[in-house]
Amino acid sequence: MKFAVKAWSNGRARAGILHLGTSTIDTPSLLLSTRKGLPHFISPDLLSCLPSPESRLLHVSPLHFLEGLSMKTISKIGGLHQLLGLHDHCFVSVPRDSIQCLPEANSTNKIGASFETPCGRLLIKPVEYMEMISSTRPELWATLADEVPAWVSDKRNKTSVDRTIKWLDECISLSPASGAVFGAIVGGSSLEERRRCAQEVATRNVSGYWVGGLGLGESMDERPALLNAVIEALPEEKPRLICGLGLPEEILQGIAAGVDLFESTYIYHLTLGGFALTFPLDRTQINALNLAPSDVGSDPRKINLRATVFRKDTMPIVEGCTCYTCRNHTRAYINHLLNVHEMLAQILLEIHNTHHFLGFFRLIREAINAGRFEEFRKEFVQRWR
Amino acid sequence: MALRFEVLGRFNRARAAQLTLPHFVCQTPLFMPVGTQGTIKGLATDQLEEIGCQIILGNTGWKANAPNTRGIYSNPNIIMALDDVVKTTITGPRIEEAMYRTLRWIDRCIAAHKRPHDQNLFGIVQGGLDPVLRDICVRGLVDRNLPGYAIGGLAGGEDKDSFWRVVAQCTATLPKDKPRYVMGVGYPLDIVICSALGADMYDCVYPTRTARFGTALVPEGVLKLKHRAMAEDTRPIDPTCACMVCKNYTRAYIHSLVTKDAMGSQLLSFHNLYYMMQLSKNLHSSIVQGKFPEFVCNFLQKMFPKGDIPEWVCNAMEVAEIDISSCCAPFRYIQATKVQSNLNEDEIQAV
Repeated sequence: MKFAVKAWSNGRARAGILHLGTSTIDTPSLLLSTRKGLPHFISPDLLSCLPSPESRLLHVSPLHFLEGLSMKTISKIGGLHQLLGLHDHCFVSVPRDSIQCLPEANSTNKIGASFETPCGRLLIKPVEYMEMISSTRPELWATLADEVPAWVSDKRNKTSVDRTIKWLDECISLSPASGAVFGAIVGGSSLEERRRCAQEVATRNVSGYWVGGLGLGESMDERPALLNAVIEALPEEKPRLICGLGLPEEILQGIAAGVDLFESTYIYHLTLGGFALTFPLDRTQINALNLAPSDVGSDPRKINLRATVFRKDTMPIVEGCTCYTCRNHTRAYINHLLNVHEMLAQILLEIHNTHHFLGFFRLIREAINAGRFEEFRKEFVQRWR
Repeated sequence: MALRFEVLGRFNRARAAQLTLPHFVCQTPLFMPVGTQGTIKGLATDQLEEIGCQIILGNTGWKANAPNTRGIYSNPNIIMALDDVVKTTITGPRIEEAMYRTLRWIDRCIAAHKRPHDQNLFGIVQGGLDPVLRDICVRGLVDRNLPGYAIGGLAGGEDKDSFWRVVAQCTATLPKDKPRYVMGVGYPLDIVICSALGADMYDCVYPTRTARFGTALVPEGVLKLKHRAMAEDTRPIDPTCACMVCKNYTRAYIHSLVTKDAMGSQLLSFHNLYYMMQLSKNLHSSIVQGKFPEFVCNFLQKMFPKGDIPEWVCNAMEVAEIDISSCCAPFRYIQATKVQSNLNEDEIQAV
């Protein structure tokens, strides 16, 4: 793995280039969330219709495979690329997936990290986790962390930092030859603990940093200070990855603090709810936007295609959008599919939402390269307030 | 008439043909997947093209829900007449009533049909399992000179022996130069047998439905991916299959998905439909190349490696005049001589 910062804007926001596997990816970038390595709904042969190479970073939680596929078998098959038939993509392994593998801080103990999963509550020891990493062979992986929600006691929070650092060292010592390792940084809602953890991890031999434990109960107002406390202690030239920030505003917050890679479940939740992103990505569209409230409700950033108002709407989700869904299908068709509970609805929505959200990241990178990230961010947040 | 049906090859009753429709040309025998709600469950139109789906069935019910949708479902080239269908498992005067009603309704359909120049109205033969009723219905429909005919009212729980006899009777008496569509069929074996008897088109939810339950279609029959043994099996579903799923995924991985993740249904549906389209292609090309009996024998051998071919298949192939003796277990063809053994007559028959 190689990473280099190419441009800065307004202090901490940065644009960079990440070389991972066979891909060269511009940052800030989005990791697509997956289930057992493949997107939730987008069939692998339709993945190529997403913009490339931005869509090539896939977040995989190795815990998904515990439901039915042994690590021995995955090893035998040859790791994730062989298992999933995706040879052009890059896999980033983080145990938590914010949808179905949720950290269960009450059950975590000194032996391992506990997660609520579809196969029940699992305790994952560092040595077990590393066995998963060795078998699946992702290009990039984060060390095992003890993530705690915002409301735990100071003592519990401090323990989580001590444990996370201890497990980081264990994971690194068991680390396979290939694959870049990101050190996990926790610390809950305590600025001191966040700083302490970041300082410790910064001394370890890792390729980058994974900021964990966020999106677990802290408010958006608290977050900038916590992020800054962490980022200040980290070297500039190494990339930073974060999980649990979903909404566009939260992404912008993360970028402003200096984060480069985002794993977000926003697309998944939108898709499940029948929502499609519609906020304009084109500068001319933004300028020409009529700010009067539309007749489909008070949220012009997205539309809910279940609404009856779309029954006869023969427009694509977003006019001019070049995604597979908008090129081939109408709002009326998706509305119909949702109403009759057809799987194709989620497939088409995930395609469009991914395409659109990746477009949002592209706008962000353009703004950073032009030195106007803060302006872009203020404009975006205000427009949709 | 808005179609052309050109027979390119024959073997006894079986035919391979080219069916030319206003927007499309396709080859028969042909399997048509079912898109009940305006979609083949879990597959996008690009994927259907990749699989080679040539005709898709769209029931009319969903159109009321989505009046203005664009796409491949909005312009049917073939429409089925409204018929009165009754279950083959019932008996009595209801069957006769349904058959005559079907004949009366075909006239009303013909009268109401506004687009005979680019849409083909197929009549549906009813009559339950009664050869007399079926015959009346066939003759009535043939009199109306329709572009194509369907054999309806089957695939509903009747025993296989009755099923093939009705198909055989209808294909013997329907016009040779027009397509015959057996509705609701079905299992790959049924399609091979019906093609041997002279049918051309088929539709069924089976391949996609069984996929959603974790079952893959393979030359040997079916492969239940849910089975625990699959968890360690690193082979593809079907090593002889060229589909995207068999080229990229192991049984072990699919096992981890089926019945738990939507992706499992999608991948298996993709494979199963590909399998059905491949079966259609093989039926067509083997008839055209004059190798149909070999194809049938090969198919049966793979599916029944022990030679335990069901009796109804043997009977049907006799009528179709296709020699499948090479696929049947030797004991079946024992005549008078009992092999030196302790088996009595009944026990030999059972082998």
